[in-house]
Order: sequence, then structure tokens, then C-alpha cells
Amino acid sequence: MRWVRENLFGNWASALATLVILWLAWKLVPPFVTWAFVDAVWASPDSRPCRAEGAGACWALIAEKHRFILFGTYPYEQQWRPGLVILVLIALYTASALRRFWRPALALAWLGGLALIGLLMWGGTAGLPYVENERWGGLTLTLLLATFGIAFAFPLSILLALGRRSELPAVRALSVAWIELVRGVPLISLLFMASVMLPLFLPSGVSIDKLLRALIAMIVFASAYLAEVVRGGLQAIPHGQIEAADALGLPYWRKTLLVVLPQALRIAIPPLVNTFIGLFKDTSLVVIIGLFDLLASIKVALSEPAWSGFGVEAYLFASLVYFVFCFAMSRYSQNLEHVLERGHAHAVREN
Amino acid sequence: MADKPMIEMRGVGKWFGRFQVLKDVDLSVAQGEKIVLCGPSGSGKSTLVRLVNGLEPYQQGKVVVDGIELGGDARAIEAVRLEVGMVFQSFNLFPHLTALENLTLAPVWVRRMPNKDAEALGLQLLERVRIAEQAHKYPAQLSGGQQQRVAIARALAMKPKIMLFDEPTSALDPEMIKEVLDVMVELAAEGMTMVVVTHEMGFARTVADRVCFMDGGEIVETGAPREFFESPRTERARLFLSQILGH
Repeated sequence: MRWVRENLFGNWASALATLVILWLAWKLVPPFVTWAFVDAVWASPDSRPCRAEGAGACWALIAEKHRFILFGTYPYEQQWRPGLVILVLIALYTASALRRFWRPALALAWLGGLALIGLLMWGGTAGLPYVENERWGGLTLTLLLATFGIAFAFPLSILLALGRRSELPAVRALSVAWIELVRGVPLISLLFMASVMLPLFLPSGVSIDKLLRALIAMIVFASAYLAEVVRGGLQAIPHGQIEAADALGLPYWRKTLLVVLPQALRIAIPPLVNTFIGLFKDTSLVVIIGLFDLLASIKVALSEPAWSGFGVEAYLFASLVYFVFCFAMSRYSQNLEHVLERGHAHAVREN
Repeated sequence: MADKPMIEMRGVGKWFGRFQVLKDVDLSVAQGEKIVLCGPSGSGKSTLVRLVNGLEPYQQGKVVVDGIELGGDARAIEAVRLEVGMVFQSFNLFPHLTALENLTLAPVWVRRMPNKDAEALGLQLLERVRIAEQAHKYPAQLSGGQQQRVAIARALAMKPKIMLFDEPTSALDPEMIKEVLDVMVELAAEGMTMVVVTHEMGFARTVADRVCFMDGGEIVETGAPREFFESPRTERARLFLSQILGH
């Protein structure tokens, strides 16, 4: 009681705020719960029960369409394959997140995982029918684009950030040009360019498919943004660190890998994860060049007359899926910062 | 004294932009010799030691370290850095590594020493600077004096022939200065060639073979410590000494 009086009704302003919030909660929460849970239609082969008087949320839509939302137009009887791919990806994320797996074998696991994912998605051997990647879609596509987009863009961004600080004028100019040009253009136009212009530059007969072009656009875009984040981390390293490494005779790459980057990337974790989260959600833009990611699959599912009008449920579900992945990234980054904090009670005793 | 000097500077000039920080500096340091550089701030003494391991370039004259001529040549600089250890005013330990890892980094990655040997060497050196029990702590968990001793051990781990000290005790609380100076005195007694920028005149008296007084980018006066402190020849040195000893 005392806590309530002190913290919620400490003065008239906070009392007023408390009352307003209580009133809003009373007005909003019970109807939402009724709609989302009590009156909800959980399963039904069609939308008739959802359209009945007094029916709540139509989760039957998700129940009916979940295969399409997760796997897009992947052949129905083969959908265990992308399902397995999602599990493989989640297993790899988890292993990469745990410090005790941070050893060279992890890189091998990723390479093996990549090969396995390719085998499962395309098939064509080992008794798996071939599935062209035009038919990949849904959550699988979102995860593939985000994972490989970030996995290739991140190392590239580190090179760009180092290049931008290089003493070699050509390297520096190239890095600056790349970063500034790419950053000045929206992702949508990069995707268009990748899908329309890239084929023009290729010799005739060579064609790269839509998915790969979208991935290249994602990587190019992400690399420029991440490069600036990494550069922020690099700039936070005191010059004395570099001098100390120089004085010990460490050549450039060893100095960079052993002294500079471990510190710079640690500093850059919060903005890096922020950018990763942004990129994860930006994958939804590939719909404009005709790829069907999670969000696009939902749109297609809604376009069926039988299920039209249940957009709220569908988009709530999509938000929930995005939220789960983004929240996991965010929590993980906080945990990582905490773990790496140890050595950095921060230069407290210097000077 | 050995026949060939470890450090030989002749007619060295250096500019930061248009400002000349070193003017026609001549200095020769023999093997095993201990030089103390002192002088008012901005006199160029830090810049001078930083020339020796190529942290600063110079525009005029000649610097030869252990027979290797420094110039713009990156290879020469790398070769010299293998022979020269350096200790900084602000320690500059690597904060993401433990004390021991700070020591083993360069031997493993520059000298290609096996991990085990580097660790044994590291522990032995930490023992020598009397801090072995802190081997697995991170720099932020150590006091300033401890950090500076780790930094000295880190430089020694590369088995240098020359040690440079750039105001090693200036960032320390008074009660920690002695523990660092003690280590330096021991090092001197073992015959290390040392160039030390410091205002610790007690240290200069007991350890230095020569004291070089710098002002305005020049070496104004050089002499044995006793001579220098008791009867400085130049007015500028007299003024400087009265300022630092006056309180």
C-alpha cells in the first residue's frame, strides 16, 4: 500500500497520470482480450464462423494459411524441407550466440549449414525433387535474405570502414565513394537497379536469378550502413592503443585483428544490432521485385476472397513473427555487452 | 662503452606543419647507457623518444638504431620496433586482454613464439615486476602503478635491446610512483640501454649516465647528473631546475 501511495500517487501529476493509464487499460485491455482470445475463432476450414455475429479474432486464417505464410509457394508435399531449413538456421543462430561455441569449428558449422540449406532448398539430388528458387517464399525467404545479407555485408562493411581510414588514397577514395553513393540511395531503388540494371551489365547468356540479385542489393545496401557503424567504433579507440600495438611491432593486419577490431566492435554492438534489426525488417521490401517474403505471403493469403477482411489478424501475426526475431537479437546484444563488459570497467584509473 | 652506438641521431629536424619541434638534434647512446631527457613541456623530448621507434617521422638528418637507419622505409621501422620496447605515460594496455594476454600477444603474433613458451615468459616477467598474482586480471581491475608495471613487462616480453620511457610516472598517483621507478632501477642495473623522459630527478641522479636538457626543440645541455643538477651551465637549465626543484 505504501509503495502504491508513494510511487503512483506521490503528487497530483503522477496521480492524474496513474488514473488516466488505469482508465485506458480498463477501456482497452478487456475488449482486446475478449476479441483476441475469448471470442476468437481458432480453427475452421473457411471464414464462415469468423463472419458470424459476435465472432472475435479470426485466427483460423493463420491456422489455415500458416504453411503458405511460412513457406510461400514451395511445393506442398515438400514443405518439410524449408521447415528443416528454418530449424537449421535457428540452430546456427543459437550456436553462434553462445560463447562456448566461439571457435573455428563454428565457421565450419556455418559452411556445412550453408551447403545443407542449399541442398534442402534446391534439391535435385539425393532423391529430393528440384525446386527452382522462384518458388521459395514466406518466412524461409525472409530468414535466408536476412541471414546471408548480414553474413556477407558485415565483413564487407568492416573492410569498407578500415578502407575509409586507410592511409592509401585510392583505397580511401573507393571506400568513401562506395559508402556515400550507396547510403544516398533508398534500398528500393537499389533493388530495382539490381533487378533491372544488373542483367544489362552481364555478358549475354549469363543470367543470375532474381533471388541472388535481391541478395546482392541487400548486401551492398547493408555494407554501407554497417561500415559507418563500424567506423564509429573504430573512432572510439584511443590513439594510444594503436601506438602501443605499433611499438610492439605488430604489422597492420595483426594490429587490426587483435587490438583494434575487438575493441571497436564491442563498442559498436548497440548500433550494429540496431542496424541488423533494421535490415531484417527491410527484407520485406523485396516484394517490389516480385519475391514473396513473409509479409508478401500474408498479402497474397489475404487476397483470397474467402479470407479477405481479416488483415488485422494477419498483420498482427506477421508483427509477432518479426518481433520474436528482433527481440531475440536485442536481448542477445544486451547479454553480449554485459559479458564483454568485464574488462572495461573503463579506463577508470587512467589519468 | 661499446664501440658502435645503439642509437645515433645526427642533425635531426622535425616539423609539425610549419612549427619546428626538433632543431638539429645530435644524440648518441651507447649500449647499456641510460639517458634521461628532461625539459619544459613542449620542448620536444617526447617527440625525440618517439623518433627512435618510428612512431614519429622526421624530415631532416639521420637516425640509426642498432645499425638500422630509420627513414620512410616501413621495413626498417618494423625491424627497429623488434629491438625497441616502449612504455607510455598512459600505459596503453589493451583493455580487452588480461595482464598475461597483454604480455603474450606480441611474442606470439610477431615473434611466432609457441603459446606455452610465451605464457611461461609472460609469467616470469610478471614475477619480475612483482605482479604475478594479477596475471589473469584485466587492466581496468589494476591500479595505475600495477598497470604501468604490466606495460613495462609487456615491452620486455619482446626481449628488446633498448627501452624507451615516455614520462612513465606522470599519470600516477604519488604513492604509486616508487613501485614503477623501482622496477626501472632494477632494469637499469641489469644493463638495459634506456632513454627515459622524466622529471623524477631522484631517478635521474641514481640511474642516469647522462642527463640531456631540452628546450625549444634543441638539446641545450648534456652532462653527468651530478654536474647538471649542481652546476648547470646554461641559464635556461638553471631556470628549469629552479622551477621543478623549487617546491
